Amino acid sequence: MTRQDRIAALKQAAKERILVLDGAWGVMIQRRGVTEEDFRGARFADHSLPLRGNNDVLCLTRPDIIAELHDAYFAAGADISESNTFSATTIAQRDYGLESAAYDINLEGAKLARAAADRWTAKTPDKPRWAAGSMGPLNVMLSMSSDVNDPGARLVTFDQVYEAYREQVRGLYDGGVDLFLIETITDTLNCKAALKAILDLQDEGHEPLPIWISGTITDRSGRTLSGQTVEGFWNSVRHAKPFAIGLNCALGADLMRPHIAELSRIADTLIAAYPNAGLPNAMGQYDEEPDQTGAGLREWAQSGIVNIVGGCCGTTPDHIAQVAKSVAGLPPRAVPERPTAMRLSGLEAFELA
Amino acid sequence: MRPIFVNIGERTNVTGSAKFRKLVAAGDYPAALSVARQQVEAGAQIIDVNMDEGLLDSKAAMVTFLNLIAAEPDIARVPVMIDSSKWEVIEAGLKCVQGKAIVNSISMKAGEAEFIAQATLCLRYGAAVVVMAFDEDGQADTAARKIAICERAYRILVDQVGFPPEDIIFDPNIFAVATGIEEHDNYAVDFIEATKVIKQSLPYARVSGGVSNVSFSFRGNEPVRRAIHSVFLYHAINAGMDMGIVNAGDLPVYDDIPAELREAVEDVILNRRPKAGGSQTERLVDLAPKYKGDGSKVQVADQAWRALPVAERLAHALVNGITEFIEADTEEARLTVERPLHVIEGPLMDGMNIVGDLFGAGKMFLPQVVKSARVMKQAVAWLMPFMEAEKEGKPRQHAGRILMATVKGDVHDIGKNIVGVVLQCNNYEVIDLGVMVPADRILDEAKAHDVDIIGLSGLITPSLDEMAFVAGEMERRGFDIPLLIGGATTSKTHTAVKIAPAYRAASTTYVLDASRAVGVVSQLLSKEERPKFEAATREDYVRVREQFARGQEQKTRTPIARARANRFAIDWAAAPPVKPSFLGTRTFDAYDLKDIAKYIDWTPFFSSWELVGRYPAILEDDVVGEAARDLWKDAQAMLTKILDERWFKASGVVGFWPAQSDGDDIVIYADESRTGERARLHSLRQQMAKSGDKANLALADFIAPVGGPADWIGGFAVTAGHGELEIAARFRAAGDDYSAILATALADRLAEAFAEALHHRVRTELWGYAPDEAFDIDALIGEKYRGIRPAPGYPAQPDHTEKATLFNLLNAEAETGMQLTESFAMSPPASVSGLYFSAPEAHYFGVGRIGADQVADYAARKGWDLVMAERWLAPILSYDPGAETP
Repeated sequence: MTRQDRIAALKQAAKERILVLDGAWGVMIQRRGVTEEDFRGARFADHSLPLRGNNDVLCLTRPDIIAELHDAYFAAGADISESNTFSATTIAQRDYGLESAAYDINLEGAKLARAAADRWTAKTPDKPRWAAGSMGPLNVMLSMSSDVNDPGARLVTFDQVYEAYREQVRGLYDGGVDLFLIETITDTLNCKAALKAILDLQDEGHEPLPIWISGTITDRSGRTLSGQTVEGFWNSVRHAKPFAIGLNCALGADLMRPHIAELSRIADTLIAAYPNAGLPNAMGQYDEEPDQTGAGLREWAQSGIVNIVGGCCGTTPDHIAQVAKSVAGLPPRAVPERPTAMRLSGLEAFELA
Repeated sequence: MRPIFVNIGERTNVTGSAKFRKLVAAGDYPAALSVARQQVEAGAQIIDVNMDEGLLDSKAAMVTFLNLIAAEPDIARVPVMIDSSKWEVIEAGLKCVQGKAIVNSISMKAGEAEFIAQATLCLRYGAAVVVMAFDEDGQADTAARKIAICERAYRILVDQVGFPPEDIIFDPNIFAVATGIEEHDNYAVDFIEATKVIKQSLPYARVSGGVSNVSFSFRGNEPVRRAIHSVFLYHAINAGMDMGIVNAGDLPVYDDIPAELREAVEDVILNRRPKAGGSQTERLVDLAPKYKGDGSKVQVADQAWRALPVAERLAHALVNGITEFIEADTEEARLTVERPLHVIEGPLMDGMNIVGDLFGAGKMFLPQVVKSARVMKQAVAWLMPFMEAEKEGKPRQHAGRILMATVKGDVHDIGKNIVGVVLQCNNYEVIDLGVMVPADRILDEAKAHDVDIIGLSGLITPSLDEMAFVAGEMERRGFDIPLLIGGATTSKTHTAVKIAPAYRAASTTYVLDASRAVGVVSQLLSKEERPKFEAATREDYVRVREQFARGQEQKTRTPIARARANRFAIDWAAAPPVKPSFLGTRTFDAYDLKDIAKYIDWTPFFSSWELVGRYPAILEDDVVGEAARDLWKDAQAMLTKILDERWFKASGVVGFWPAQSDGDDIVIYADESRTGERARLHSLRQQMAKSGDKANLALADFIAPVGGPADWIGGFAVTAGHGELEIAARFRAAGDDYSAILATALADRLAEAFAEALHHRVRTELWGYAPDEAFDIDALIGEKYRGIRPAPGYPAQPDHTEKATLFNLLNAEAETGMQLTESFAMSPPASVSGLYFSAPEAHYFGVGRIGADQVADYAARKGWDLVMAERWLAPILSYDPGAETP
């Protein structure tokens, strides 16, 4: 199958059923008890900085673990698994002194996801699987000040963020992902730089891949970290004609629901949601059980407000198995048509109907 | 319907505002920002930012200003129009806005290729675009050329570039009229004509323009210029102009312009010969000096807070992030106290505490808190020289040195920064290592600077482990200074259980928020206080650990069996229940809002705006009277419109059914034979200890029991909210949040009034157990009548899920268009539902907290498992269900 065949199959599947994304990676990697030596591998054995905690580099140094995790999630019933490249940008890797490895991490991460998806598609041809290229937020923001005394201060420029994402997109594309997933977006301007990188590379010869944009509402204020409302956020990114728009992280299903319902009302594309396993307890652990997560997402499916579901922090293959079971057979949300209008945004949405 | 017109603020345009140009040229960006804020407050729905000035570095100024705006939520809430004639300035601006902006402008001035390239980039950055009626031959002046160029540009954009037509705005050039040159006389008419054709022939495209150009020849005579703008807009808007760059809030109403002036202006705009003869330009030029006035502008922003006492002004400035008056206010406060430090410890800290509370309550979000901290900083900067002087040349003595860091893996530092600011304000030296700081570096720097305290911050959950790791490292490396823990996911429990035990050499203290930081630090750095404080903390944490280990003990409740034995007893034989005039349901569709309005209870209306006091006395209140009167006036004006123009539709349904109580349940029968059970309502019983003859109440007590005399129960569901969301959305789209909230609050009041009106009819007519009750609004509000109408989800029956039974009985969704959400909230929001009880003894009460025995019993009655019951009843449980299995 060519990549375009797989994309066509993805679009067709999204019309027919609710698709399931995989769950958390960090917690699963932690459970493996990986050591500094694992992170370093042979390639970075003499690296000057500690690499413990740099989960993405495991794509290069412990590919066996990453492949097993893809398998675990596909075995649980996920349709889509994400490459282990959440922080694989030159900017985010700078903390570990691994800027120069960013392209390789994306390339190998994408290949691992690709191979796993292909293995499972071969195993269950009636349920094809897809590899999404994970593009996480950066630790620097374009819309928020880096200095409390100087609200205009920024640690990076748009062009630097653009270049960082461009490198990531090239690696993911070359490694064979079926779609891009820009996720856990805390600053819409960072996201817009990532979108521009994807679209520019399309102009330069990449075949177009579906784009999935997933923002993060950080708390009960109902805003992104950079202050936008859900509708303001959607208006800011709609120009990229995303395959799917949605939310992930920060909230559990109960607190995320009103914002997903709002997006579902206003967005004329697929809606995707992968909440955390509830809110962390005082110990910082997530104790929502798989059946609770499954029940929450099942209710969303029954209400017809989602097309793609999955899990973020605290979710495991057990959660995803339960989620897949809970939404099986339920119809996907019908994409609404919205009246034509000029829709702009600042932090809030503006509509001239 | 009158066309909607979008105001685009023009005061942040260096070519349109000399004041703004001077501020930017002088680098006074705080003042430049207040210009932007005033515009938004005055109603600008979009702000135009233009830095095209020969002596400015336009690109740098655009980037600086847009980055600053991003930190001001009350400005950044509206979209930006990035305005420049230089593409490089526009592109630099596009790289600074997270929202969807408008680019002003691009054109075919330099040919199609450049036009297409720039339009493509606008699309890629996600912006709408203003297209000037400008081509290779120059700017279009006649209507025909304006139309031809816009049509050509539209086809290229839509057909070749794939630009969404709804994101195209044409600017067909507004040129000055009344210049004395005859060829210019028709310019306004040309614009208006072109606007009409563009709107008709180019689907979804919009028309905009820079309005102030039209009056250019009357520079220096602001009143006449404003009259020209007003008249021009009146005609252009009617022709279809959608938006314009105008000084919002500055224009006279068309009808308010003196007739003589208006006619002269109208002749100029519409290119008509005056009735009196001569040229229209000469006529207006002759008339203009008479209307010159002083040209002063009305201050449109709400400056009422400037009249408050200085402490409240400081708080206002902190909460709203306004730096404009902070130095003057700080100085004023300084003169009223003995020492400059008292200003910090008093009004400024009080203000920051308000900010902390608002933030904690989710009423402010991060960028606003950052702004508040900045205001605080400026106030402290003002006080600093006075504090230095107080020490008379002695080197500044710090009360202590504190190292702060956001731990490795975490990038969140707003809270830490606030704590840092607050500590500095209190004369502590703060060494801030920033974010993502590894343990080694924290400890190396702590040693190097010989600090007195280390403070760790984090917002995401993995930071909790990292903090415990840092604490362990402190132990290993032999530290003996206090450790502070703070940040959104941290907790006293986690600190006591995981962090403090890792660092035994000295104390670890959890700090709840910035306002507590100073108290904790000052005690830890005082020789006398430290041992006491640390001992108290240690004891506290031992307790926390024990509690954590064994879970919380249950609070004592009266066992449910005993509570039931102490039920509220009614002597049913003394006064048998009255039979309603009909059984089943009756629907009231499109109930007359005017009938409803007289039942409005206004007191809650004021409290919804946080104005506390009873209506009507509140209107004369010393403190809030003025605010209340203003609000009252606006509310009455809007209410009149709501009633006259029927903004909302009121629908309701009422039903009565044969019923008897069965224990704590109420059985509803299919008919008067009272054999078939149609539904079962469940009630919850008070379990608090009762003294004397006071009963443990449940709603079931107010219905005669099975075996007693025949009784009935009623139910209702009403809404006044059909139309509410649409009206509010329309106001918000027009940038008028105040009216949106006002409309919502009035819809709420009308729904309550509707419930009150129907209840009155129920008592006197529909059920008819009190046929002689008179209409007396005060008696109604005081609930001095027979019978009650409690609602599920409220204190007498806190279980919201009972609404589902009620809605089924009433067939409420079909009859009224009301709906229940998955958490049993009613939609539209302005809705009320409840049960009717007719017994004279029935009264309102609160169930209070209930015990595990009743929860288990209730779960069995509802057919729930225990987890489900504990979830729905969570707010009233007297025990912690999670604590049983630590």
